[in-house]
Amino acid sequence: MPAKNYASTRFSELAEINEGNVKNLQVAFTFSTGVNKGQEAAPLVVGNTMYIVTPFPNIVYALDLSKPGAPIKWKYEPNPEPAAQGVACCDVVNRGAAFADGRVFFNTLDGHTIALDANSGQPIWNAHIGNINIGETITMAPLVVKGKVLVGNSGGEMGVRGWVKALDAGDGHVVWTAYNTGPDKDVLIGPDFKPHYDMDKGKDLGVTTWPPEAWKIGGGNMWGWISYDPDLNLIFHGTGNPGPWNPDLRPGDNKWTSGIFARDPDTGAAKWFYQWTPHDLHDYDGINEQVLLDMNWQGKPRKVLVRPERNGYLYVLDRTTGEVLSAKTYGPVNSSKGVDLKTGRLVENPDKLTGTGKVVRDICPTASGLKDWQPSAFSPRTGLLYIPHNNLCMDEEGVEVNYIAGTPYVGMNVRMIPGPGGNRGAFTAWDIAAEKPAWSLKENFPVWSGAVVTAGDVVFYGTMEGWFKAVSAKTGELLWQFKTSSGIIGQPITYRGPDGHQYVAILSGVGGWAGAIVSGDLDPRDATAALGFVNAMKDLKNATTAGGTLYVFRLP
Amino acid sequence: MRPIVLLLLFTLLALAACQREERDTRPQSALGSGEQPTPVTTLEPGGQRPSPTDNKAASFEANAFHLSEGKRLFGWFNCSGCHANGGGGMGPALMDQKWIYGSSMESIHATIRDGRPNGMPSFRDKIPDDQIWELAAFVRSLSGNAPSSAAPSRNDDMMAHPSENRMPDAATLGKSP
Repeated sequence: MPAKNYASTRFSELAEINEGNVKNLQVAFTFSTGVNKGQEAAPLVVGNTMYIVTPFPNIVYALDLSKPGAPIKWKYEPNPEPAAQGVACCDVVNRGAAFADGRVFFNTLDGHTIALDANSGQPIWNAHIGNINIGETITMAPLVVKGKVLVGNSGGEMGVRGWVKALDAGDGHVVWTAYNTGPDKDVLIGPDFKPHYDMDKGKDLGVTTWPPEAWKIGGGNMWGWISYDPDLNLIFHGTGNPGPWNPDLRPGDNKWTSGIFARDPDTGAAKWFYQWTPHDLHDYDGINEQVLLDMNWQGKPRKVLVRPERNGYLYVLDRTTGEVLSAKTYGPVNSSKGVDLKTGRLVENPDKLTGTGKVVRDICPTASGLKDWQPSAFSPRTGLLYIPHNNLCMDEEGVEVNYIAGTPYVGMNVRMIPGPGGNRGAFTAWDIAAEKPAWSLKENFPVWSGAVVTAGDVVFYGTMEGWFKAVSAKTGELLWQFKTSSGIIGQPITYRGPDGHQYVAILSGVGGWAGAIVSGDLDPRDATAALGFVNAMKDLKNATTAGGTLYVFRLP
Repeated sequence: MRPIVLLLLFTLLALAACQREERDTRPQSALGSGEQPTPVTTLEPGGQRPSPTDNKAASFEANAFHLSEGKRLFGWFNCSGCHANGGGGMGPALMDQKWIYGSSMESIHATIRDGRPNGMPSFRDKIPDDQIWELAAFVRSLSGNAPSSAAPSRNDDMMAHPSENRMPDAATLGKSP
């Protein structure tokens, strides 16, 4: 799985590459994916084979690591419908594949989940679960838990009702579907549902916290990360932003959007829920990664869930109950004034309320959040969470919008600008126990790549200029960097090769929402292009070009 | 006497200059009609043939009323959801000089009506034909392909880019004529 383990720590025990020798890293081999769109996927290494999923058209390559130069073992082309590109909100990305029981599972942009035989690349089953004609796409990496493939849909900008499905890993049939809006029976809320805070208690809140029928086109999509705790037998997944962005069309708390569910993986039944951002005003999707840790929290051993959230807070939750133990900002935030730990509720800043016909300026963080999907990494050796994130602010104006199925349902003019300090990105090491940053590195562009940390105390991440960097896990000191052919927005991994040595791999290829100006060739003269992100990225075309290349490094 | 005659003459002259632009304020409500061949390439085996034109193209193209209606509809039908205010997003930019499926009124009309295979949906049976022509005219104004006297001027909303009547012709942008 892309997140390394069910706890999503992205920590590797490999220590051959360490702080002292990482400066000697050199290229072992490269591989062109043949697709010049945003490469957000993590390569997957199982045994002697590396599996790569490209952005649309979602080609899967298996590379044979046991042979020199890692030649192609097999290649699978799912041939997704080209029209799917027109309903993918933010570039046509794919975040990777999952492996279980000799099978490779991945999703296609046009709404299929496919199981391949890992040895031959032959399809075993193909489940069509998303409908592009209502704007549904799938971009996330699936997670396999107890013989079930967990998948959610994208489409929060198209008025798509969010869901998570569990597909049988054997034949692909849908075992359960949990919607993230609507009546309790659709959301799989039953007698076992025990949310910690009063604001999340009540019958059919997924209907009553919306204007009539609005929940049917209300978003709450699940396109990010799922974690799993085998001891508690719970999966944890976030829910995306409510639709449309213009909040005037949906008074109420808009359950169960911009929050997090704990569910039973066998039945999908919800155990608890917490809403990061009730009645979201700024497109703060709640789908980021959840890192599951067992740690001493203020003297007591607790099972916690750590979440650097899009609204700017680093949450530490008790994952058995959903209680918020800590919520501290890890960058500039003015859209809210804190989290009330008694009620669990985010305290809105009345100066930054958006609405129809009103231009609200200088809202931090932006719609893309202080941090978007790009996953962080946790090292038990340092106790630090390594967070790749953004530093951007924005102006917003709500505008009228009509719902037409299969077209955008946003209703917001947005233009983004660099945040305080002018650096548009940062890479922050957060001391979870001390609730404060240990160190932070400034980057010119948003850090849209994931991170990986190793037992050699080295952290890897990439920049949108194309630098692949290794920094010290303890101090943040830059130890090594390599300029790849295009901007990096992928997820670095490290693995032990068939020769017993440690390798580091990253896909280079700019795109995604932040890089859409390059991968989609957008026009920077329009401040609102790519939902406003282009305004903050006007100079990206001068810094990099589109690409799609795998780089693998090793020590000489 | 003399000043009065002059004044009269001047008034007559002024009135004569006030030719009002023709605006068809009751467009046909018919959905998706008006089928005609719409080539999107200039490459024609056997030499160039006269390109087919549609009568509506000319009458909608430089008309201020239709252009401003097109701008309103561009938001109403969620064109702006994908193409932003011309800079693009999910869909390509419309304010540059690159035209994947042709820059003529007829080509843009066909693109909106029938869709295109890489993601442009078909709005046939969603948008009345005359309104598709209005949208096509507005789309051309985004890249400076509408007379500045007719193209929409400043917004009441957040200004995403210079108003359409000030947009330079994208085809000659940065080049001397």
